[in-house]
Amino acid sequence: MSIYWITALGTSAACFLFKYLGHSVPESWLAHPRVQRINLLIPVALLSALVAIQAFTDKTRIVIDHRMAGVSFAIAAFVAKLPFPFAVFGAAVVSAIIYRLA
Amino acid sequence: MSVKRDSLSLSFAVGVYGAAFGAASVAAHFSVLQTCAISLLTFSGASQFAAVGVVGAGGGALSAVATGALLGTRNGLYAVRMAPLLKVRGAKRVVAAQVTIDESTGVALAQNNDDDARTGFWWTGFGVFIFWNIFTLLGALSAGLLKDPAAFGLDALVPAAFVGLVWPRLIGKKSYILAAISFIFALSLAPFVPAGIPIIATSLLAVLVGWRA
Repeated sequence: MSIYWITALGTSAACFLFKYLGHSVPESWLAHPRVQRINLLIPVALLSALVAIQAFTDKTRIVIDHRMAGVSFAIAAFVAKLPFPFAVFGAAVVSAIIYRLA
Repeated sequence: MSVKRDSLSLSFAVGVYGAAFGAASVAAHFSVLQTCAISLLTFSGASQFAAVGVVGAGGGALSAVATGALLGTRNGLYAVRMAPLLKVRGAKRVVAAQVTIDESTGVALAQNNDDDARTGFWWTGFGVFIFWNIFTLLGALSAGLLKDPAAFGLDALVPAAFVGLVWPRLIGKKSYILAAISFIFALSLAPFVPAGIPIIATSLLAVLVGWRA
């Protein structure tokens, strides 16, 4: 099985497991404030790391290239409270323009 | 009635993001079939973007699955809150579990009574599921026509999507600090460890920052 199928099915199985377990355990199990706090923060950490890796690395090298222009546009769009699809596809357009110019 | 209308309009708005996932997944060299399978079976936006993002950046399947799974834990906590409201068993519980996501939980929690909450959960859950999967297919097919994804900005689309996913979660000083140190930490590790590890490692920072109130 390819890395792509393993990723697709493995991620699906893991995500479903969490959803299903949540429906099956007593509410008190996860009511601890520390669990709640960390649960809210984990996506913040992972997603911030993903922005860094996806925008500023090429394999294992740190690089600054056309993607930074796209991400900067997206940040500006989110600051201006523009809708998600506009920000994301706008970022792609800006990045593509810089890529072609470079 | 307005619960159903609100649920469907939110579902459509969220479902459109599916096109961004479809394009990002194909840009990371997943096939259209694999891309659609992820949207149908994983059905959790952040986990999906993360898993294909890690593979696209050269990470292994284990790193990709671990990152996707860590981003999926929050759905489990949503499920804990939804279970007493829905009171479902057997096959219905399997279906309820699959559509337990940010949006279905959010709409349910925003209602004033249990009946509206249940309606909001199911309509939003199914609504997002339908639109998310349709737009995933459209995004994947469109991106598949492109020979050089960078020439169309698809390599910037993924980090831009992550900015959009983290944005609404930046509430309070702790989350801003955590976002900044995670960003720097991941880039500092990137040259020295296999791809994917710098991302998973930041979950430890979340535990450290969240340990005390």
